[in-house]
Amino acid sequence: MREISTQTITETVKKLCIEANCHLTEDVKNCIRCKRDEEGWQGAKDILNRIIENFEIADKENQPVCQDTGVACVFLKIGQDVHVNGSITDAVNEGVRQGYGEGYLRKSVVRDPLDRVNTGDNTPAMIYYDLVEGDKMEITVAPKGFGSENMSKIAMLRPSDGVEGVRNFVLRAVEEAGPNPCPPIVVGVGVGGTFDKAAFLAKKALLRSLDERNEDPFYAKLEEELLEGINSLGIGPQGFGGRTTALAVNIEKFPTHIAGLPVAVNINCHVARHKSEVI
Amino acid sequence: MAIKKIVAPLSHEEAKKLRAGDSCLFSGVIYTARDAAHKRLCELVAKGEKLPIDVNESVIYFVGPTPAKPGQAIGSAGPTTSYRMDAYSPTLISLGQTGMIGKGKRGPEVVEAMKKHGAVYFGAIGGLGALLSKCIKKAEIVAYEDLGAEAIRRLEVEDFPVVVVIDSEGNNLYESGRKEYLDSLK
Ligand code: SF4
Repeated sequence: MREISTQTITETVKKLCIEANCHLTEDVKNCIRCKRDEEGWQGAKDILNRIIENFEIADKENQPVCQDTGVACVFLKIGQDVHVNGSITDAVNEGVRQGYGEGYLRKSVVRDPLDRVNTGDNTPAMIYYDLVEGDKMEITVAPKGFGSENMSKIAMLRPSDGVEGVRNFVLRAVEEAGPNPCPPIVVGVGVGGTFDKAAFLAKKALLRSLDERNEDPFYAKLEEELLEGINSLGIGPQGFGGRTTALAVNIEKFPTHIAGLPVAVNINCHVARHKSEVI
Repeated sequence: MAIKKIVAPLSHEEAKKLRAGDSCLFSGVIYTARDAAHKRLCELVAKGEKLPIDVNESVIYFVGPTPAKPGQAIGSAGPTTSYRMDAYSPTLISLGQTGMIGKGKRGPEVVEAMKKHGAVYFGAIGGLGALLSKCIKKAEIVAYEDLGAEAIRRLEVEDFPVVVVIDSEGNNLYESGRKEYLDSLK
């Protein structure tokens, strides 16, 4: 048993909330620069240049890249040989509270979806717990903006719909979202599992680096084909026309029931944020 | 294309001259409002009560900024998705609002009101919070402080970059821009 204090968890979450919101990861920055170089439509290129200018300012001034600093999605991979001297959930929420307060981040969480009173400290976080082997804990904070979250979709396809069904559903989701999720977007796709599992897989897909393809060659190819399909729609950065509608498509899959083919599309914007640390 | 300099408040006459696709730099006074503030404004209108801001010829920016750090006028301040304001915008446009700044599609009821009264929907680049905040020189809360990021703020802006997405004739850059790009590939 290795002891991890709730204080260490709180400190780490706090730091990750601030870092994730102010500094995009290198894979995202490189991908945007690369798409800018490849973009042949001048108006679209101009927008991508401003997006680059924006994340460079954010980097330099420790300023949130976007004002929607999101709901804090926190993914925990907890080693089975770890013991924590208190509530992990409370420790994470305290980290979010401190991070969003001291980091001058926006508080965007309401305590009840219908009465809509702001909690004032961006808690509670959306926490996902995963038990793994070992005596360490990996914490990932992924602030998620709702302009893109609102454009996400799920469908329970029939097995006979097959890969074509998946393809059409993803393209339709992006088409219907159009300019709303601040394109260029990152498209997380979850295939298989159950209704809820597919949605979780789609969210998890957004945590993967943009330059990494699915390790299964079939799905890696599907990711590339979907990206090409999306970037042929003509929506372009901000929806004003152009090639760069999406930066990447990341798919996660899981076994499913003989009767089903669940598919979920979780859309993220170019402010695709996540930061991890192992403690 | 030449960039047009425009001022806020925006007169109906100037608003009607703008065309979808025009790149503009806004200077002057604009107001912020998001979902919750729009709801309250429209509730006051329904009750026939006085509004906390002068809506006539006003430009409303759909934004909820991050808190300002010491020494800053405002924190990051890019646009939020506009369709959530579709239920409220026609009411404000009928009271004389001439400009909206946001991002994303608008519903037919908003476009109809814009055509009828002469208003313009501008887009700012979504996700440009850090950069756009540089064009905001002063910010003060004028109503609904309890709403935090959603309070109504009076902003003094200088050369704030926007593009006309839907003009007062209903022309739409999301449609024409995409078509122009796709046609160029043929
Ligand atoms: S969709 Fe993303 S870039 Fe756009 S406002 Fe929301 S968080 Fe910011």
